[in-house]
Order: sequence, then C-alpha cells, then structure tokens
Amino acid sequence: MRITLHIWRQRNASEKGRMVRYDVPNVSEHMSFLEMLDVLNEDLIGKGEDPVAFDHDCREGICGMCGCMVNGIAHGPLAGTTLCQLHMRKFKDGDELYLEPWRAKAFPVVKDLVVDRTAFDRLIAAGGFISVATGSAPDGNAVLVPKENAERSMDAAACIGCGACVAMCPNASASLFMGAKIAHLGLLPQGQPERERRAVAMVAQARQELFGSCTNIGECEAVCPKEIKLDVIARMNGDFLKAKWTGRGALGDEG
Amino acid sequence: MELNSNIPTGPIETRWDRQKFNLKLVNPANKRKHTIIVVGTGLAGGAAAASLAELGYQIKCFCFQDSPRRAHSIAAQGGINAAKNYHNDGDSVYRLFYDTVKGGDFRSRESNVYRLAQVSLNIIDQCVAQGVPFAREYSGYLDNRSFGGAQVSRTFYARGQTGQQLLLGAYQALERQIAAGSVEMFPRTEMLDLIVIDGHARGIVTRNLITGKVESHLADAVVLGTGGYGNAYYLSTNAKGSNATAIWRAYKRGALFANPCFTQIHPTCIPVSGEYQSKLTLMSESLRNDGRVWVPLKKDDTRPPSRIPENERDYFLERRYPSFGNLVPRDVASRNAKMVCDEGRGVGETKLAVYLDFRDAIERLGRGVIKERYGNLFDMYERITGEDPYQAPMRIYPAIHYTMGGLWVDYNLMSTIPGLYVIGEANFSDHGANRLGASALMQGLADGYFVLPNTINDYIASAKLPKVEASHAAVREAESEVASITRRLLEARGTRTVDSFHRELGKLMWEYCGMSRNAEGLQHALAKIPVLREEYWRDVKVLGTGEELNQSLEKAGRVADFLELAELMCLDALERNESCGGHFREEFQTPEGEAQRDDEHYSYVAAWEFRGAGNRPELIKEPLDFEYVHPAQRSYK
Repeated sequence: MRITLHIWRQRNASEKGRMVRYDVPNVSEHMSFLEMLDVLNEDLIGKGEDPVAFDHDCREGICGMCGCMVNGIAHGPLAGTTLCQLHMRKFKDGDELYLEPWRAKAFPVVKDLVVDRTAFDRLIAAGGFISVATGSAPDGNAVLVPKENAERSMDAAACIGCGACVAMCPNASASLFMGAKIAHLGLLPQGQPERERRAVAMVAQARQELFGSCTNIGECEAVCPKEIKLDVIARMNGDFLKAKWTGRGALGDEG
Repeated sequence: MELNSNIPTGPIETRWDRQKFNLKLVNPANKRKHTIIVVGTGLAGGAAAASLAELGYQIKCFCFQDSPRRAHSIAAQGGINAAKNYHNDGDSVYRLFYDTVKGGDFRSRESNVYRLAQVSLNIIDQCVAQGVPFAREYSGYLDNRSFGGAQVSRTFYARGQTGQQLLLGAYQALERQIAAGSVEMFPRTEMLDLIVIDGHARGIVTRNLITGKVESHLADAVVLGTGGYGNAYYLSTNAKGSNATAIWRAYKRGALFANPCFTQIHPTCIPVSGEYQSKLTLMSESLRNDGRVWVPLKKDDTRPPSRIPENERDYFLERRYPSFGNLVPRDVASRNAKMVCDEGRGVGETKLAVYLDFRDAIERLGRGVIKERYGNLFDMYERITGEDPYQAPMRIYPAIHYTMGGLWVDYNLMSTIPGLYVIGEANFSDHGANRLGASALMQGLADGYFVLPNTINDYIASAKLPKVEASHAAVREAESEVASITRRLLEARGTRTVDSFHRELGKLMWEYCGMSRNAEGLQHALAKIPVLREEYWRDVKVLGTGEELNQSLEKAGRVADFLELAELMCLDALERNESCGGHFREEFQTPEGEAQRDDEHYSYVAAWEFRGAGNRPELIKEPLDFEYVHPAQRSYK
C-alpha cells in the first residue's frame, strides 16, 4: 500500500519547525508503524536527506519511549495500543497521515518527533516513591495486601510514562500520570505513611513544570495505551484535599 | 594474566557471610568523599545507583534513553525466582542453588550461584516494601507460580509485567536519591569509553545524545550495568537501543570478556514477516502446554494449514521426544524448529516458522478455557500478525533472547580492571551456559541491591585513589579516541546505511553462531566478519553531524562494536569443542541428538583478553570446581 505522511520536522529546540510531506510507496500491511518510519528513513538516507528523528526502544509496548500524534490522536487510532504496536493493516492504501510530536509546554520538542519528558521524572522524584532503604524491609508476607487492592494497584502501576495523556489533554495536564502513581502506591499498605505528602509534593511539582490542571475532559483515558482509568485522578484529588484539611503533607506555602 | 576469582573457602552456606565480614568498610562520613559512576539504569544499574547513594556515596548515573525508567528490564514478563518456600513444597536456598547450577549445564560458579539463591529472599522483601504490586492470594499472601527447570512454585510475579514493576521499584528508589541530591542523573547520555589511569578504572567518556557534546566524568570506581549483547544478531527480543558498546570498550581497555558464545534462544517468538522487520516479540512459552508444534511433511507445501490432512503433518517434537513432546526445554525446541525449516518445511511467507496449533486443545477443552488461559497472548498475537489463533494455528520461530556471557568478574563483581565493577546481564557470572526462566530479574536485583553495595567498599577503602585532573593524558587520550571514531563514521560518506550492515551481520551470526553451530560454519563466519567490518568503515553512510541529535550516528557506533564482538563470539564458539546449554555444536551430540558436554576438557570459564586490534585475543581459563552439585547429563527423551 501507499501511505502519504506529513511529518513535523524541526532541527532542534530553538529552530522553527514545519510539516513536510513524504510518500511511502511500498508499505506492507504487516509492518508496524515504526517499521514504516524505518523504511522511510532508510529511503531518506539513501537520498542524502536527514532521517526523521523519533523515540522508540522496546517496540513491544512496555518501555513507554515511543509515541507521536497521528492525525491528532496520541499513539494513533487503535485504542489501548502504543505506536510501536500499531500495525499498518489498520490503515488503507492511499491514507494521508499527519505526524506531530507530543504537544505540551512541559514537553519541549528536542528534534522532529522527539520531545523532552524529563518533567515526568521530576514528578516521580518529588514524591512518587516509598522511602525504604535497601536492606530494611520486613519479610514479604509480614504485611498482607488484600487481593483486590493488589489488583487495583497493579491496574494503576501499569502506566508506562509515555506522555500520551498529557499530549492529548487540552490543558496538558499530567493528572492521569500522577494519579496512576498515587493510586498505585496509595492502594498498598506500604504506601500509607507518605500518602498525603506524596499528593501534595507531586501536585506542587506539576505546577512548577507548567503542566495544566485537570478539568475532567477524559481525553487522557481515551488514549492511554494501558487503559488507566480516570478514577485515579479522583484518588489523587482525594489525597490532596485530605492532606490540606488535616495539614499533613505540608511542604511549605506552595499548596 | 592470572585470574583470581576471590572465592572464599569453607562451607558454601557461610561463604558470603564470611566474605562480607572480611571485606573492608568505609566510614559513613568518608563515603561522601567518594564518587562512583553507574552506567545503565535497569534492574542492576538502577538498584545499584539507588543503594550506593543510600549508603552515602556520591553517584553519577547514566542512561542512553530519555529516562532511567525505560531500561529493557522493563520488558521481562514472567516473574522472579526466590527460595521463600512459602508453599511448603520442599523449596530451599539449596534447591534453588542446585536447580540453577544444573540449569546452567554446569558452567557457572557454585559460590556465586549459592549467594544468588541466598539473597533471593531479601529481594522479594525489598520489592514488596517498595510497593511492587505482586500477585496475591485472596488471603493477602504473596502468590507464586511454577516455571521451567523447577519442580517447586517459587516464581513471584506481577501479572505479565513483573520486569516493569520491579524496574519501577528501582527507578523510584533512584528518583528519590536524585531528589535528595545524592545521585546526579544523566539521561540521553551514552558511555563511549572507559578511562583507565595507572591500571584503575577512573571514569568514562560520554556523548550527550542531544547536543553531541563529548565529556569526561571522573570517579573512584565505575559500575557497568549495561545489559547483554543479543542485538549482535540484529533481530532479537532486546530493545532496539540495547547495545554492547560500554562492555566492549571496557574489554578493549583491558577487562576480560567471558563465555561470549553463551547466548539463549527462546523458542516461541512471533516470526519475521519481512526484510523491514526491526525486532522480535516473545510469546510466553507457557503456550506449549496446550499447543502442538508441527510443519507439513512435504517440502514447500503452500496449502493453508486447514487444508493439510492429519497424515501429511509432522508433529516433530512429539515424534522425536515422545516423553516430553511439545514441552522439551527451550534449547531443544528451538534447535528442532530450525532443523525442519532448514529442510524447507517451514511455513508462512518467509518459510521461517513452524505452527503452534491449538485446534485439538480447543476441541478438547472448549474455546472458553483456552481464552481464559491464554487470552491476552492470543490478543497480542492477533494485534501483531492480523491472524486469529483461534481459527488458524499460530506461526512461531525461535529468537535471540538473552546472553549469559559478559565481562568476567570475580566473586566481588569486579572485572579484571581494578575499580571496574560489572553487574546484571552485562557480567557472565551466574547462569553458566543456560539461564533458567525468572532468574534474570533475580540476578540483576541481587547484584544491584545486595552484592555490589557490600563488596565495592573494600575497593574504595583499600585502593590508592589519587585525585585525577581532567587534563590527565589518559583522559585526553580516551576523549580523542571517541572523537576519532565519530569522525571516521561521519567521514566515510559511503553508500550503505548502518541498518543494512547490521542486518547483514545479524543474518551471518544467526546462520553460523545461532541455535546450532559447527566448526566449518564458524570458520566461514570468522572469515566473513572482518570483510564486512572493513566494508563498513569504508562504505557506511551516516548523515548529519556529531553536534546534534543524530540517531544514525548513535547506531553506527554501536554496530561498529557489534562487528568486533561478533568475531569474538564465533571464536569462543569455535574454541569450545563441546555442546552445553545454549551452545550446541553439531559435532558434539549424543546419538539421540542431545548436547554432549566434555567436562574433562571444557569445565572452565573462557575469558578472553584483548591483545590489540588485528591480533588474536588470548584465552585465559578459569577452571570450575563442583564440590556440591555433581555434573550429570541432561536428557529429555
């Protein structure tokens, strides 16, 4: 099949970018989306043109490194699927696709489809952990975890940190990402001591990173490749409010 | 060079305790004065960086991905072994030790494996405390499942995403230390050389992948947790970025490389669909519990599987291994699939696949039961291939999955370069010639959380580490070496892309140093690889500059190293005139076609020393002694 691509080309963070049209005439339906880009790049290198930069690593939907907007939808049209797991048979011969990098102030473009997502790491560094030094843990079965809590915690922990939620949100909010971590840890007994502090610290950091606020639109849930549910945001808000009411988790005056 | 493995003596049960007592410590106040570099942020590197920072060391941590959370440990599915014996089913530290030594086909060190089994207990505790959402029973207790190579239930898991959850635990511990200021993190930064001063590892040269800036980082010790080298084969289950550059440059600076030919091939992967194929995806081998493996009896049979009558099918595993049938171990299943495809009986467009058929199981158990057992795997298969495995048999083929070989390390995980430590898949230490399922995660975390933080103090406390300036001649030399490689790659201005060379190398390795090997094929590969390498440096085409994000340039450096490492892998495979674990030499098999070890001549670790470009590396042997588990033949008939 023949696919026409319009790809955002931008040399680096400071230069202006633009859409450039490319034809990929020999696409096999069995190719993954990224393999189609590989084919395009091999062709571009052959012609002496700069290949398209895009992030990717595991190519099996778990590392969270890949992703771009495909016709305005983060990770493309197939629900619950990262870009690397999207295959060309989901498209038709002659389709025209518009590829853009994640759109968010907190994710500045590095080059072409590559963006800087280190803001996500700083959100985790702010509070997305349980403080336990190596060697100080009790026996694994010393603290019981109800099966249902373990399952719900795992649902949230499945987040791969790809950033699709932020890219799709009109507010560029990181609430689904933060909520997923807050729910993952907050549903486990081990995560209780730092629960309020965690919510306050992560929300404060999100503000510094210029992520927007959540206004319950739900685009994030719709594009999440791991199908994380909106209720994690409710948990985050609950933990945050409780921290504020009780005065626990105070970090200073940023709340 | 004399290899000293520094293995403590005495009863194996107390060796690790005695070693910890005998190693020197560093006073907490003094730890702050020492900087340690950790390269790689997977289970081993991430855990080590976090744990060393907790101890008080100043850590500089590096990864080539955009975040430490992306390391390929994240893709591990099945689980992690630990000898908890929570099920009262006869498990013990000794049994895990025994299973691992035997599973490794008697080519690993007993002392290391025993320690691994011991600290497996602490790993689970640590991960639970970090918030890893392991599967639970209704009672709230930890759940377990069984895995290959063991008769007890000792595998802990978090759905099919155990690696992801364990890695996030290590990543979060690391981020906590970054926030505390004890770890300085350098994402999108690739190590391109090791700085060795007066015989000690004192730093690394890196390239910032966004700006292209080449920099040196100096420290008192360097830890490599940079993973395996399966991508030498181009197609593997590794991530696209997984590479051998860090360990290879360390090898060229004097670290010995051990057992490079020990690679693991996983039998059930989704096969290659075309030339554009960029990687291979694993399907859990649990599918072989209900699926039957077959190919047509006739060569080049192009009929769809449903049109091939029963008497024209060859269920080759059931035929050749009547007692184990479709459940033979990984290496046997893989080799047999290759054999029937080599005979021209492979299926699918590329003829490099065999059927894994659920028709009989669906008839016997009903579609519902099969869906319950394997639903997610069937969905994944359909997403990738577009075929419905409930209707037509799956097509599967083996793929490179893991490398047991790696840099040689002593019992303290130090390489032959003082101050250079190597952990996780990057070292060679614990799996011998074959790794058991759910043991890679165990080893990575054992090294990172519990072994290295106890052994590295001894070096810091006892080594003379004079202050090193960035202007030191060795630093300058390493930097200019890196600059010269980059320049040569950019200035070749040839006609072929990096990927085209990598693919060609991969095919060669897969053909001659893959699932089964023979002297003639290895000699052929050893003749071809230098020719390909020469062509590479002359004809590779890398566009752009070194002063920007240049993904072709990144790949070009890694492929240049694979082109050298591949030769060492073939040399090692040729030198080892026996079959053991993942290393199957066709000349050395029992009359039934099983691997035939030669304990009399090959019960050693083959450690290779770099002797300069163009020279044959020198083989140095570390003999293996088995005091507790006595070598025996494995049979699956």
